[in-house]
Amino acid sequence: MNTTSAGVIFVLSLIVALAVAYRYLGDYLYRVVSGSKHSAVERGLYRAIGVNPAAEQTWGTYARSVLAFSAVSLLFLYAFLRLQDFLFANPNFETGINERVFDHLAWNTAVSFVTNTNWQAYSGESTMTHLVQAAGLSVQNFVSAAVGIAVAVALVRGFARSRNGQLGNFWVDLTRITLRVLLPISAVAAILLIAGGAVQNFTDGTVVSTLTGGEQHLTGGLVASQEAIKELGTNGGGFYNVNSAHPFENPSAWTNWLQIFLIFCIPVALPRVFGRMVKDNRQGYAIIAVMGILAIASIALTNVFELHGAGTVPMAIGAAMEGKDIRFGVSDSATFAAATTLTSTGAVNSFHDSYTALGGMMPMFNMMLGEVAPGGVGAGLYGMLVIAVITVFVAGLMVGRTPEYLGKKIGAREIKFASLYFLITPALVLIGTAAALASGNWRTQANVGPHGFSEVLYAFTSASNNNGSAFGGITVNTPWWDTALGLCMLLGRFLPIIMVLGLAGSLAAQKPTPASAGTLPTHQPLFVAMVAGVVVILVALTFLPALALGPLAEGL
Amino acid sequence: MLRFSELRSSWMTQHWAAVRAVLVLTVITGLVYPFAILAIAQIPGLRGNANGSIVEVNGKPVGSTLIGQLFTDADGMADPRYFQSRPSAAGDGYDLDATAASNLGPESIEDTLGDPALDPDSEEGDGSKQALLSQVCARSKAVGELEGVDGSRPFCTADGVGAVLRVFRENGLTGKVTRAVSVNERCPATPFLAEYEGVKVECAQFGEDYSAGVLTPIRGNAPADSPVPADAVAASASGLDPHISVAYAKLQAPRVAKARGISLEQVNSLIAEHTNGRVLGFMGEPGVNVLQLNLALDNL
Repeated sequence: MNTTSAGVIFVLSLIVALAVAYRYLGDYLYRVVSGSKHSAVERGLYRAIGVNPAAEQTWGTYARSVLAFSAVSLLFLYAFLRLQDFLFANPNFETGINERVFDHLAWNTAVSFVTNTNWQAYSGESTMTHLVQAAGLSVQNFVSAAVGIAVAVALVRGFARSRNGQLGNFWVDLTRITLRVLLPISAVAAILLIAGGAVQNFTDGTVVSTLTGGEQHLTGGLVASQEAIKELGTNGGGFYNVNSAHPFENPSAWTNWLQIFLIFCIPVALPRVFGRMVKDNRQGYAIIAVMGILAIASIALTNVFELHGAGTVPMAIGAAMEGKDIRFGVSDSATFAAATTLTSTGAVNSFHDSYTALGGMMPMFNMMLGEVAPGGVGAGLYGMLVIAVITVFVAGLMVGRTPEYLGKKIGAREIKFASLYFLITPALVLIGTAAALASGNWRTQANVGPHGFSEVLYAFTSASNNNGSAFGGITVNTPWWDTALGLCMLLGRFLPIIMVLGLAGSLAAQKPTPASAGTLPTHQPLFVAMVAGVVVILVALTFLPALALGPLAEGL
Repeated sequence: MLRFSELRSSWMTQHWAAVRAVLVLTVITGLVYPFAILAIAQIPGLRGNANGSIVEVNGKPVGSTLIGQLFTDADGMADPRYFQSRPSAAGDGYDLDATAASNLGPESIEDTLGDPALDPDSEEGDGSKQALLSQVCARSKAVGELEGVDGSRPFCTADGVGAVLRVFRENGLTGKVTRAVSVNERCPATPFLAEYEGVKVECAQFGEDYSAGVLTPIRGNAPADSPVPADAVAASASGLDPHISVAYAKLQAPRVAKARGISLEQVNSLIAEHTNGRVLGFMGEPGVNVLQLNLALDNL
């Protein structure tokens, strides 16, 4: 079999598996977020946290809970990072390879993990102790994912409920999603990864003498458990510097398949939850159809560009093999790159900086789409629903009617929340890139010319969209970069969340409007095509000039 | 005891709940979960993997089947008895404490020349930095020499640097060529090309600014598919790639057979034995595990 057909079957097999996840994981998620029973463990947890699980929250209270939880998480993780060298259980610290975590790096890293970004301005193996990786960073991998899903569910409740303005209880959503969804799937995935060769130990590793007499330090760590939630929660922060390219994180071609599946499974299942909650599965099909069309197109294009291998160096090499490992090959590396940026994951199994000019543009373009195809856990669904709201509004303008979506009027208040949501990330990306260029801080990049510009643009796109992947050739662990990207991550996460919850509250307070002959049906191919069109056109209008200076200048 | 939840301030309530939630969830997801997985990983069958898939020779650990290593002597020269791994950007090569890829882009083609007044072998070096293209060209030339094949590649000079000119034209980007400089060849080198569009090609002077010229890679007439395979000249993603392509293994087989005084058939059959095909026929790419192959050679 040749590389192209193997790559096509690889993608098809993922699509089949994800179709199953849409149906069954989606139904399971629906039961988790809409059930009224609490298990004994959960009741114990609510007592420990001190909340009443039966209490409903308005959008303001829900938002304050999200922000309070995230603020405490941020302070906790910051303190943990700053104090890591004084804490016990530091097997690799004893060898003295760990560097001190300085204030700007601790801020950047804490923000990064709390916002589900997992941008890493450090190398895991030389900076973080095992304890911080497990009890600090990967805890945020769980809970930041749960926060994203909770916010998405709250928005869907806004569509599904009427007249009372109540969105559920954040603490209940957080607890249930963590305990009933993220933990069990992660546990199974971690064991599968170990079966494939991923490491899971609490030692300093093993120093070996190689066949020709050299020395090699085979590092240890609680890798598999962190790896599983890193992908499942679309977090992406690697235990090691080279992330999912490291054989101890991603040992084989089939663990690579598993990791891509884990990245996609929850974002793909959430539109099903949406369909079930608004009591019309067809609405879920429409949303997943938009996501699917965009995702498949992007994966195909990334593969085409990489397998074609244009550019001086790829042509000299004979293939786009720089920055790719043999066991994945060009095609499965390209598919991973698309998957990690279509979602908000940011894990990498190959290095996007060394991709062909257009192949490397695709991850950037995916993030610029706002990560809605299918997007990060929760963030993808709420992002896509906001775009659906904008689409309904645009369609309403065309025919001169008050637009409505799922029986809710999209009035001035709703469209303000939706538009502000959409404007935040492009503003952060473009202002951030401009600031880096204007202040001269872009000079830390490894490449010159358009490619150097791409590295800066990529960094701000990744941080503001909470992705976390990088065109790695830029030195970002400086006070300026750590602070600037930290701000982008923080604002790029929580301002949109506030807009989404505001929109949800406003929808939940409305009384339903019965559908009339003039209502735009939101489950038909016409609507699917319109939403996909709005996504692409909005992005093209916003980012085309910036892309023209970077990857397009380099590749065309 | 003061019950904070009874306090009127919703702000306090929320934050106090948040503090408790962070602590409780840290215990569950940050301690119970990873250590439970660690306990499960002690099951025979998983244990070896969880500890790093370490291979031992005579009771001594020599490496991991998942991690590539250098098969070079103390001077960094390839040991001819062993199959060589791919180029690595992890530290000085295959260093797990400094995993990295090169992160150099597809148009990284112009070297930073070294200062001729400085010693390139000194601690600080001479300030030179090779672009990706010249790295690829140099590797191809070296592998070609080691294996006794033609290591020439498109866009490479015969000396193993990137064949790249800065071309100055009358009107900037267009018009007649006024000057051409081979930017990767520091004077007094003889440029790989005598003349470009009728203008004599100069070697590059250290410290000179050529940025007004148009960067022009020269394809040359090397065949598109070199006998030195792509993975032999391109650094991996992890810097720890345990595999090489089947083509690169086949290229090295005659040299290994000769150095060990065994037949080529023997070496080729070991290569076949240690080639991993695609998983289930469609996942990933076929590759040869270099450490396992070399261990098998040592065991002959």
